[in-house]
Amino acid sequence: MAATRIVVPPRARKGQVVEIKTIINHPMETGFRHDNVGRPIPRNIITRFTCTYAGEQVFAMDLFTGVAANPFVAFTTVATETGDLVFEWTDQHGAVTREVVRLTVT
Amino acid sequence: MRGGRRLPLAAAGGLLLLALGAPLARGTEPPRGIPLSELRSGREFVSPETRDQQDDLAVNPGMLWVAQGEKLWHEPAGAGGRACASCHGEPGSLAGVAARYPRYDAALGRVLNLEARIRHCRSERQGADPLAYESQPLLALTALVAYQSRGAPLAVSIDGPARPAFEAGRSLYHERQGQLDLACADCHERFWGRRLRAERISQGHPNGFPAYRLEWQTLGSLHRRLRACFQGVRAEPFAAGSPELVSLELYLAWRAQGLPVETPAVRR
Amino acid sequence: MHQGSSQPSRRAVIAGAGAVLLVPLAPGAARATPESMAAAMDEALGRDAPLRPGRVRIELPELAENGNAVPLKITVESPMTQSDHVASIYVFSELNPVSNVVRFHLGPRSGVARVQTSIRLAGTQRITAVARMSDGSLWSAAASVVVTQAACLDDT
Repeated sequence: MAATRIVVPPRARKGQVVEIKTIINHPMETGFRHDNVGRPIPRNIITRFTCTYAGEQVFAMDLFTGVAANPFVAFTTVATETGDLVFEWTDQHGAVTREVVRLTVT
Repeated sequence: MRGGRRLPLAAAGGLLLLALGAPLARGTEPPRGIPLSELRSGREFVSPETRDQQDDLAVNPGMLWVAQGEKLWHEPAGAGGRACASCHGEPGSLAGVAARYPRYDAALGRVLNLEARIRHCRSERQGADPLAYESQPLLALTALVAYQSRGAPLAVSIDGPARPAFEAGRSLYHERQGQLDLACADCHERFWGRRLRAERISQGHPNGFPAYRLEWQTLGSLHRRLRACFQGVRAEPFAAGSPELVSLELYLAWRAQGLPVETPAVRR
Repeated sequence: MHQGSSQPSRRAVIAGAGAVLLVPLAPGAARATPESMAAAMDEALGRDAPLRPGRVRIELPELAENGNAVPLKITVESPMTQSDHVASIYVFSELNPVSNVVRFHLGPRSGVARVQTSIRLAGTQRITAVARMSDGSLWSAAASVVVTQAACLDDT
């Protein structure tokens, strides 16, 4: 599992739009670079990022080689109920990094 | 920013640089090429967006390494199964320490930078693999420790036994290198603030390292950055962790005295 | 930061840019062309689907600090209700080796249509963002960024 950082407000009022920021450690190797003896470095990227909130998907992102290394994304969701935010990053080989953060809604 | 007519300034600048690089009488306070009041951190030479990225710890990519360092800090390692935490408690106990590095170690009889100190602890105190320079774990631990001093002003000692290393660093800083025949001082003391292609030359301070460099797309050490500078003037770079680069690092830290530690900085 | 101008029909883009880009590429160069961007847009949005200028706001620096990581923020005017919301935002490059840069999928639970990320830019170019609304309509904007090479060689 790659290192991640996720920022979610500690608590939110029901109906409030909260901003979520995430970043994951990943080289997002494009496949267009070469090593110092001229061999191509194979492509290795995260291709999909999703966020579900209390079981329902609220955000998804398709990543291509044009996303910068250590991909950062900020998005919003409406605070509806106290529940788990589940974040999943899937790479081109199908490997998944998963993080769970609880959002408390008052 | 520098202005003025080129030729007399260039001549005066050259003489001044010679003077700054000349050997000093023992015990004298070294002259400063850039007065303390005119010091500008590298953060002032990057775009506002890059500064914002550095300041917002939620989006600062360097914090990924700090987080990783925190994990490693608590992991037992080596023969005795001791973690950094076993002796040092929480990382916060090292607040302010990185601001005083590099420093002379009496027991070892040489100046150590932070990476060397960590490697020494790993091998001698933990009986663990000291971790290679520029490896992810060493970068993570160095970033973690330096981060504990974020905001603290750089304050290294160049007194007594540290002095020879300081002098060696100062001398190297003023020595012309490589095919382009440029000294560090030529760009970073004489021409800081001026444009080199599309970029503004910074004063070349070390206070943000280890730093996330956009050009590298990853976090890297000061010695990696210094090696890149040597390559930039087409000179043979010294090895990471070498006495030459540690001496240069000591000089740079003294030169940046008072600037706050910004690790992990975001630089271009 | 500056706001992107709205984009005319895709046909006009290709016709205008095609005249400029008939230069042989160096062997091994990985470059998109307006044709490959149009193909990517066709595949993502539907062949020759009409794009309306407006409602999409792109924030990109005018001069990129470094082409490896350029901060991008996209906001779309929308009430984000069940019946009227942004379903997806597509970002295309006219110069990168891969024309698709990133896609975001939102919905009424997003609250507002606002996303941020960092993208790679292979050189000075125009970036196009297209929002697909819940009613199927497509709205677009474009923004230009100047990307320069680093001043000093770094081979570390």
